[in-house]
Amino acid sequence: MLKSLHIDPGKCTGCLQCELACSYENEKVFNPAKSRIKVFNFHDEGRFVPYTCTQCDEAWCMHACPVDAIKLNLANGSKDVHEDICVGCKVCTIACPFGTVNYNADTGKVVKCDLCGGDPKCASACPTDAITYVDAEMTGYDRMRAWAAKTDNNANAQA
Amino acid sequence: MHYVIIGAGPTGVLAAEHLRKLDKHSDITIVGDEPEPPYSRMAIPYHLIGNIGEEGTYLRKDEGHFEKLNINVRQALLSRLERDTKTLTLSNGETLSYDKLLLATGSHPIQPPIPGIDLPQVSTCWTLEDARKIRDLAGEHAKVVLMGAGFIGSIVLEALALRRVDLTVVEMGDRMVPRMMNQTAGNLLSAWARSKGVTVHTSTKIESIRANKSRWWRRAKHPLKVHLDQGEELDADLLISAAGVRSNFDFLEGTGIETEQGILVNDHLQTNDPCIYAAGDVAQGRDFSTGEYTVQAIQPTAAEHAKIAANNMVRDNSVTHRGSVNMNVLDTLGLISTSFGLWMGVDGGDSCELLDEADYRYIQLQFDGDVLVGASSLGMTQHMGVIRGLIQSAVPLGKWKARLMDDPTRVMEAYLATVQAQAVAAKV
Ligand SMILES: Cc1cc2nc3c(=O)[nH]c(=O)nc-3n(C[C@H](O)[C@H](O)[C@H](O)COP(=O)(O)OP(=O)(O)OC[C@H]3O[C@@H](n4cnc5c(N)ncnc54)[C@H](O)[C@@H]3O)c2cc1C
Repeated sequence: MLKSLHIDPGKCTGCLQCELACSYENEKVFNPAKSRIKVFNFHDEGRFVPYTCTQCDEAWCMHACPVDAIKLNLANGSKDVHEDICVGCKVCTIACPFGTVNYNADTGKVVKCDLCGGDPKCASACPTDAITYVDAEMTGYDRMRAWAAKTDNNANAQA
Repeated sequence: MHYVIIGAGPTGVLAAEHLRKLDKHSDITIVGDEPEPPYSRMAIPYHLIGNIGEEGTYLRKDEGHFEKLNINVRQALLSRLERDTKTLTLSNGETLSYDKLLLATGSHPIQPPIPGIDLPQVSTCWTLEDARKIRDLAGEHAKVVLMGAGFIGSIVLEALALRRVDLTVVEMGDRMVPRMMNQTAGNLLSAWARSKGVTVHTSTKIESIRANKSRWWRRAKHPLKVHLDQGEELDADLLISAAGVRSNFDFLEGTGIETEQGILVNDHLQTNDPCIYAAGDVAQGRDFSTGEYTVQAIQPTAAEHAKIAANNMVRDNSVTHRGSVNMNVLDTLGLISTSFGLWMGVDGGDSCELLDEADYRYIQLQFDGDVLVGASSLGMTQHMGVIRGLIQSAVPLGKWKARLMDDPTRVMEAYLATVQAQAVAAKV
């Protein structure tokens, strides 16, 4: 069974361990600005919302890529950017309606969550279980996907 | 069942793969006229910069990809379509019959009727063949004139500048990318390009191009003389024309298939012949924002069309196309700009903008009531896709509209708080 990230913003304290772990795993620096998961701080309401790619089935990024640089990882269902193929055109960064593919000016390529190849460091770093890596049942992300399905023209067909 | 697709660009290839996914056994043939394996035009600038070889532009890179999927790819030009007999005549004289046909023939650059436009040192930047010519003529320090600073012109601009040519851009409109950005953003973009050493003329037309004749006592240093309507005359080794595009549908003449700027399609991407579909740059399909039928000629729309058309060819029009959001992202020598949907705004709608001229940062948002309908930006690269998400979900922003009017950079928060409200925050 495929696993997916489950995010429970109610448990998030805004400690940013996930961002540090992500940037270290992927960029070898402790720098939240380079993290693929982002914690959004809703000051007015005193709450935090961690947010990253849902590896959605529609995979707008993957289909919009003009050079086939984003591919489905069959082992864990993630959609991975192949840096050696990516030309840095950024079409995926505007095509992804979740805003979870971003351009990295340092490398001239795009970056997105790849579930750390099946062992997401954000989840292991989270001290409060706000981020967990669980069997892909009805996680919060499935509800995001449900939204995705509503936006996607193709998904209607399967209904 | 035999599905035939005309055109081996991104639309044709994606559609073929999607057809195969939905129908394991039928015959699928792609007919494309270009000699290279199916490739992506929009990767050409990265080839010109030297980041990738020609093969880096190929749509699929694994050996035998199409054979493995049992998709037959043939190189030929479709010259005639006969609907009664469902027969296609190819330029090599062969004929092919189809049960369902997808027209994915893309578009071509318009050649404005300017004297000298057919001189050998004038080129478009559209095909790999063009790219080879540009590679030859646009070496370091070569004098290059680029006609047109629209979206594609501006992408080509970057590739040329990075080849370190001596570059002059001539745009008819009063700013760069006039169909993608307003005056403020367009002017900022020109200022940026100038600061990077590119000469930019706006509100200027190229009147004629002449061969620079050699005299017996010396060879002409630069083969072209380019005359601007302002009276200026530029020397050039190469002129690249990027003056707009037009859909490819000449072969439909006399067939009764309806066309305007592109091939007219309904919300199933079907033409007025139920067995014939059209998708991508050749199709005049629904625009999400206006509800009108237009040729968007962009990659994300090509991809969307391809999947929907393929689905509908197999599954009896079961998917309705609700329209594609027009959107662009552009990198001009490190300054990244985007535009989405109705970036020019709507009557009676509100808008807000934030400008930091010194840092070349800009964002403006357009609302219809409390729904985001358009946006454009300069110098922003993080989470830009949510602008599409907000536009396409048409979610009422409620109190977030006022917050965005105050600070338009908070789009990501607005998105999380509204579109994702039931999802991510459900357990709060
Ligand atoms: C330099 C450049 C940069 C670009 N950058 C971007 C960008 O950054 N973002 C973006 O969104 N878009 C960009 N685009 C546009 C994008 O490339 C197109 O929207 C996309 O290629 C459309 O795909 P398509 O398959 O519909 O058409 P095409 O890619 O044009 O493919 C159509 C194919 O059909 C063939 N064909 C035509 N007529 C026939 C016939 N009668 N018989 C057989 N074959 C035929 C053509 O030769 C061609 O190979 C760029 C384009 C260019 C040229």
